[in-house]
Amino acid sequence: MSLFGSLKWSSGRALALAAILSAALLCASPANGQTITVVKHSGLRVLDPVITTAYMSRNHGYMIYDTLLALDANNKIQPQMAENWRVSADGKTYTFTLRSGLKWHDGPPVKAEDCIASIKRWAEQDKMGQIMMTLVADMKVVDDKTFQIAFKEPTDVVLSALAKPSGLAPFMMPKRIAETPSTVAIKEHIGSGPFKFVAAEFKPGVKVVYEKNKDYVPRKEPASWGAGGKIVYVDRVEWVTMPDHMTTVNALLNGEIDYMENVPYDLLRMVEGKKDIKVEVLDKLGYHTIYRFNHLHPPFNNKLIRQAAMYAVGQEDVLKALIGNPKYYKTCAAVFGCGTPYDSSAGEDMVVPSNLEKAKQLLKEAKYDGTPVVLLQPTDVHVIAAQPVVITNALRKAGFTVDMQAMDWQTLVTRRASMEPPAKGGWNLFATNWVIVDVLDPLRSAAVAANGKKAWFGWPDVPKVEELRLKFARSANSAEQKKLAEEIQRLVIDEGVVVPIGQFTVPTAYRTSLTGVLEAPVPFFWNIKKTGK
Amino acid sequence: MLTYVANRLLATIPVMGMVAVIVFAILRLTPGDPAAIIAGDAATAEQLEQIRRHMGLDKPIYIQFVLWLGQLLRGDLGVSLISGVPVAGMIADRIGPSLALATSTIVFTVIIALPLGVIAAWQQGTLLDRVVMAFSVFGFSVPIFVTGYLLIFFFSIGLGWFPVQGYKPLAAGFWPFYQRLILPTLALSTIYVALIARITRTSILEVMGEDYIRTARAKGVKESAVLIQHALRNAAVPIATIIGIGMAMLISGVVVTESVFNLPGLGRLVVEAVLARDYPVIQGLILLFSFIYILINLAVDILYTVFDPRIRY
Repeated sequence: MSLFGSLKWSSGRALALAAILSAALLCASPANGQTITVVKHSGLRVLDPVITTAYMSRNHGYMIYDTLLALDANNKIQPQMAENWRVSADGKTYTFTLRSGLKWHDGPPVKAEDCIASIKRWAEQDKMGQIMMTLVADMKVVDDKTFQIAFKEPTDVVLSALAKPSGLAPFMMPKRIAETPSTVAIKEHIGSGPFKFVAAEFKPGVKVVYEKNKDYVPRKEPASWGAGGKIVYVDRVEWVTMPDHMTTVNALLNGEIDYMENVPYDLLRMVEGKKDIKVEVLDKLGYHTIYRFNHLHPPFNNKLIRQAAMYAVGQEDVLKALIGNPKYYKTCAAVFGCGTPYDSSAGEDMVVPSNLEKAKQLLKEAKYDGTPVVLLQPTDVHVIAAQPVVITNALRKAGFTVDMQAMDWQTLVTRRASMEPPAKGGWNLFATNWVIVDVLDPLRSAAVAANGKKAWFGWPDVPKVEELRLKFARSANSAEQKKLAEEIQRLVIDEGVVVPIGQFTVPTAYRTSLTGVLEAPVPFFWNIKKTGK
Repeated sequence: MLTYVANRLLATIPVMGMVAVIVFAILRLTPGDPAAIIAGDAATAEQLEQIRRHMGLDKPIYIQFVLWLGQLLRGDLGVSLISGVPVAGMIADRIGPSLALATSTIVFTVIIALPLGVIAAWQQGTLLDRVVMAFSVFGFSVPIFVTGYLLIFFFSIGLGWFPVQGYKPLAAGFWPFYQRLILPTLALSTIYVALIARITRTSILEVMGEDYIRTARAKGVKESAVLIQHALRNAAVPIATIIGIGMAMLISGVVVTESVFNLPGLGRLVVEAVLARDYPVIQGLILLFSFIYILINLAVDILYTVFDPRIRY
């Protein structure tokens, strides 16, 4: 008698189970044409790119949705779904006209009313969108292909907002879908972008499949970041989740996958120099790693003590522990990223080198009483696990009492949302990483917002920062904006609103059978040609 | 016998009810927030609160439990909080690879381990016995991921005989299906072959001193028949128990093997769900695993009667 034989005669439930098992064993994938098989940095969990800032959801968004405007590689704002835009003479009204031939994946044409609904939903969730909406007087449909956004005062914030490439990018959706409340995940995944989502083949944590949108009409300009012609040369793109990096590298070497988004630094030697493999940093700006104080509770409710901590931690120490290979990291004080339009070294002496003497002196001045610093360390996310260890060591050397608490990332994200004192389940300090394109200016960077309990975790309350951010939003003069950004950077570091601890890039590896892979801050899959299947 | 089976199956209902209560309670006492996974790193506390409200996570825990129990009684395991996909569908997608790997491993293990254990017992104290036992210790001691990587290095990257990773359903053809199971089966079998070979050896050694073995030999029965028909059959009860437990463990908990060979099985699904605090998925999986354990235990109990007719229920 087999073990499975017992299932047949046991109960109805067992029969149902047996049916599921056989279906699972027999379930086959459909035949396909030319396919790019990709292993991304993580599995796709959330399919709504507006409800979450997860990069996987943003990447999914770029596959199936399109944006009205887009940033190109020169940081210039370009029309994408929009044919063009016009600004009224008083600088208050923007009129957008849609390109011809835009269609939703289920057939109907893209209309102006869809765009207005999409902008409204996105702006409820996105920080830059929220700032933009405070200035909006009216949004209205002019005709099927034209809509207007009128502002209370002259501003060009709408252009930067609608061309926002990362975080919550303003993806356009059909009106019926965009009318879903912004804190409820959408259930239909219909866009107008260059790929279609194949819902029947979606297996969370295993595979996501996209097929070419044959009705997509690309722009004529060459592809550049999210701008230009999104021409798809393959039939399908499959994102396969592989939990083990070593297996992913082996699969790439064996030709079982075409593209590995993030190659861990310690495995680079396995792929570098191989004739079939190209290793490249596609996002030249990369990431910056930061840490955040909780401004609500001792000891970091004291500015001098925050500064003491900043003097204690040296970026080089953090980056050596985190990345190790100097080819992929650099020290950088700029809260808006090094190599960006608002790059600045203001406050560098406080955040780049480690100055323990100065830290000790500030602690003495602040009369630090040994209140323990509760520092959260996520052990299951390797790109954030090293920072807390280095920070703990530096703080202890400076004279802080530190209680580093190891936990999984899920526990950390719950814990950091708590405004309670550290002894009652709160916290004092945590570290994380952000893509540089998410922090390119004072409006895009959620971490520089300092509007108290409405701000990002840590809740810094520095009204001057908010005042300067609003000025930045209202300004249409790039020289003035540069000056304001520098002033914000100085203030943000001085107050310990957010502390940059270095910038790094991540190598991507792909088989040389792929050509046309774009350099961009988001992994795009248009423009790529593949030889063979 | 049929009454016994029916009673045992009926007994699964209160057991699974208790499992449901315990799992639900433990999950709600564990820190973590699915809303935070959904919202991502840049979400504010206010946004998290709104998402939580829409997901019903702000309701009192007893109300959440009653709602879930109601769903369960209707045969609905619910929907993943993170991906929005029905839990039953996710389990159906993932159970194929787990079942295939578990079956393949158990079959391979039994084919290799039983003869090894019998031979080691028969040749007790000889070089052959020591070699078999040394292999057992080796099998236990080497972590599966090391065995897995070595197998991939030699047979996939070096010789190109098998793919590095992945799973193909049986419908794609037997060879594409089994080709991807061979290396994970070998990696996983090292431990189970070691375990079952040792248990078989010990069990056979225990019965070899019994009177009926001496009688069989005195009657002139061939040594192979003594070993297989008399010794192995009488030693089968503990061996069947270990194989049963192994089968249940193979279906539910081979996360490392599934990760190294990228098999999208239930073990990985459990880990992903726990890390994301995807409550309905974790609850559904634990209930399924409890049910599988109960069924396998029942099957093993029934097998006892086949091996030892003195056992009656």
